[in-house]
Amino acid sequence: MFNILQKTFRAGIVTTAYPTQAAKISEQSRGCPRFNFERWHDARPAADVCPTGAIAIEEDNSSRRVTVDYGLCIFCGLCAEATLEGAVEITQQFELATADRRSLVLSGEYSLNADGTHRELLATHIGSSVEPDLESTGLLLHQSVQKLLGRSLAIREVDAGSCNGCEQEIIALSNPVYDAERFGIHFVASPRHADMLLVTGPVTRNMEVPLLKTYQAMPAPKLVVAVGACGISGGIFGENYAVIGAVDKVLPVDVYVPGCPPRPQALLHGILLAIGRLNRKER
Amino acid sequence: MSTSNKPTAPQFPSIEELAQRFGGQPESPSGSAHEGYLRLPDADIRPLEQYLRSEFGARLVTVFAEDRLAAEGVFFNYYVFERHGYAPYLIVRAPIPGDDPRFPSLAAELPAVNWQEREIHDWFGLTAVGHPNPRRVALHDNWPDVHPLRKEFPLETQLPAFEGERHIYRPTMGEGVLQIPVGPVHAGIIEPGHFNFSVAGEPILYLQLRLFYTHKGTEKLFESLPLAKAVFLAESISGDSAFSHATAFCQAVERAGNIAVPARALLMRTILLELERIANHVGDIGAICNDVAFVVANAHAGRLREMLLGVCEELTGNRFMRGMACIGGVRRGWSAAQHVILRGAVWEFRRDFDDLTHLIRGSDSTRDRFERTGVLKPSIARNLGIVGVAGRASGVDLDVRRDHPYAAYGGIPFRVPVYEGGDVWDRMRVRIDEVHESLGLIDGALASGLEGEFRVPVPPIPPGRCAMGVVEGWRGEILHWIRTGTGNRLERCRIKDPSLNNWPALVEAVQGNIIADFPVINKSFNLSYSGTDR
Repeated sequence: MFNILQKTFRAGIVTTAYPTQAAKISEQSRGCPRFNFERWHDARPAADVCPTGAIAIEEDNSSRRVTVDYGLCIFCGLCAEATLEGAVEITQQFELATADRRSLVLSGEYSLNADGTHRELLATHIGSSVEPDLESTGLLLHQSVQKLLGRSLAIREVDAGSCNGCEQEIIALSNPVYDAERFGIHFVASPRHADMLLVTGPVTRNMEVPLLKTYQAMPAPKLVVAVGACGISGGIFGENYAVIGAVDKVLPVDVYVPGCPPRPQALLHGILLAIGRLNRKER
Repeated sequence: MSTSNKPTAPQFPSIEELAQRFGGQPESPSGSAHEGYLRLPDADIRPLEQYLRSEFGARLVTVFAEDRLAAEGVFFNYYVFERHGYAPYLIVRAPIPGDDPRFPSLAAELPAVNWQEREIHDWFGLTAVGHPNPRRVALHDNWPDVHPLRKEFPLETQLPAFEGERHIYRPTMGEGVLQIPVGPVHAGIIEPGHFNFSVAGEPILYLQLRLFYTHKGTEKLFESLPLAKAVFLAESISGDSAFSHATAFCQAVERAGNIAVPARALLMRTILLELERIANHVGDIGAICNDVAFVVANAHAGRLREMLLGVCEELTGNRFMRGMACIGGVRRGWSAAQHVILRGAVWEFRRDFDDLTHLIRGSDSTRDRFERTGVLKPSIARNLGIVGVAGRASGVDLDVRRDHPYAAYGGIPFRVPVYEGGDVWDRMRVRIDEVHESLGLIDGALASGLEGEFRVPVPPIPPGRCAMGVVEGWRGEILHWIRTGTGNRLERCRIKDPSLNNWPALVEAVQGNIIADFPVINKSFNLSYSGTDR
């Protein structure tokens, strides 16, 4: 007993101050790639190397539409390595969660030179999540949910086919460093007790029915958060004979949390966003 | 603890001798010195397997099949053998005609291949004749009659809706006996799978497993991706072993293409593989304690694991070292500052980890729950072909790092802890000892001077090359076997996660234990569902 207490005191308090303070993240960390469409003179090398097809190109003879989908991105950093002129830059940004799937998609349209490089940027569409506006997105979401749930949230996690990478980070939410309990967030064993369903993985053919049944067993109102590139879009697995793909093909999804896997802070960010508690004034 | 060094072996017969004796044909589809190939005249492996096992104690590592109808007019079954103390693997392939898709089963004598032979049936439609339990294992009963790894089956096939029961479980009868179905969605944050317990009161009589809920067509998907992108798929086979799987895959490709990986990259891979081992072992050590309500230990373990994941991110840009593996080396080098961070972390971790293990060893009530709980007897473990941590806790002295050295393991001394008790406590002790050995390996690799190139350019890999990459992941033996195709893609990629070997061990280990101890027994194995299901 004495040893246990001594060790506890020696370890001290290790809990992160996130989200009250900005997360302390290594400069080496690969977060969200930032695309500078104006400086991007050729999107083809990046599209070629992207393992999940998150960077896609549609073109005709004279113009090219480049689409970037953070919902597919696994943050591998190959696009930045393949692109000259620093038009693609890896940042440490991880707060990408959003209620709007479309806001994870950016695009730019270019006219082309004879050699296929970009001549001129004709138009861009920039998803809102790149420069997150927490106040508006947070308030937009489920104001009633917060009123109803108060300061407590019960989460049921379902792995609908993931590689278990996301599970590692979700488990980490309960460790002393991230300590989700300090927000009144806890993980429950039964969907009957849950306010939120946290779903990982591309939904496999075999997990579609168990996932639906879990959802149906939850009392209303219920929130669904799709976690990770696979949960948002099918990720590197896409869709095939065994994989249905994105969670929102099976369930209505309230919030999407990009990442491969999303780091624990990103999960916290997404969960708090879903319950409307990422209001800067509040914290 | 007993530790062992390389045992000395009687002279293993050469492939030519075996070819002569069994009428086969030596082959060399990659020229790699890591494995030798022998082609048999027919599908019957039994005499050869019997000879290798009884005369030389050879172990059948894995069995898998390949559709070569288009190229060679037949299917092939591949049998990978290893012999303790003899580094190169022996890979025997046996042709199976497409118009008579059957092969003699080994499972009755060799329970280790029970699931793998049934997988061959599910993926390819080749029947294991004489199999004691020839039911489907990978495709659930309500799947249509398809064989997804046949070349004629397109990856994107849209299958019709499910029909009928997913799986009929064997009934267990008797007074007071009941069956408890659990899953696929479990109470904790774990992967999906179905457990059907038969219990008489508290004790578990029998456990039936139903896995493959997370089957994602991964092996088939490997056949459609360019090699450089396939590395990322390898990272997603089992997320907790991302770097081990990716390294096994890269090694297979490097051997197929005769690519010499620079010494610095080999040392870096060694360090990262050991970091992955330590991070997962310390996480498991905490989780096992948590399942017997010693939550303080879990809190410290969680803190320590966090520290290690932070170091991984510092070294690779990702907490799980994703995006670090590549064919021909590793993706980034380390600066002197990063070396300092790693050294400091190892020093600090060692001290803190010793405190943690001291707490666990000192807690009698905790040890009481671990000792003699979930015993996997050594004889059963050997019979079932159990590998990795679970094997070494039950006297199965296997470790790819020592037996078939790769990366820089040939040059840095380390011990392989082996225990005979096979209970939860021994699986815990193997992990604790291995953490210490891993720290020593990192020290050794750091002392070797990490200088020079960390990556070489990779030329296109010629088609038709076969090679295997094997890594001792933190759970055990991870194996990737590939055949290269045209356009820098693969014709076939076979993935064997150690969990595929080890699931049947859980069935044995829980028998006679009370059902309340199932979580801690299960956690002491901590097998990957996704790695098994692919």
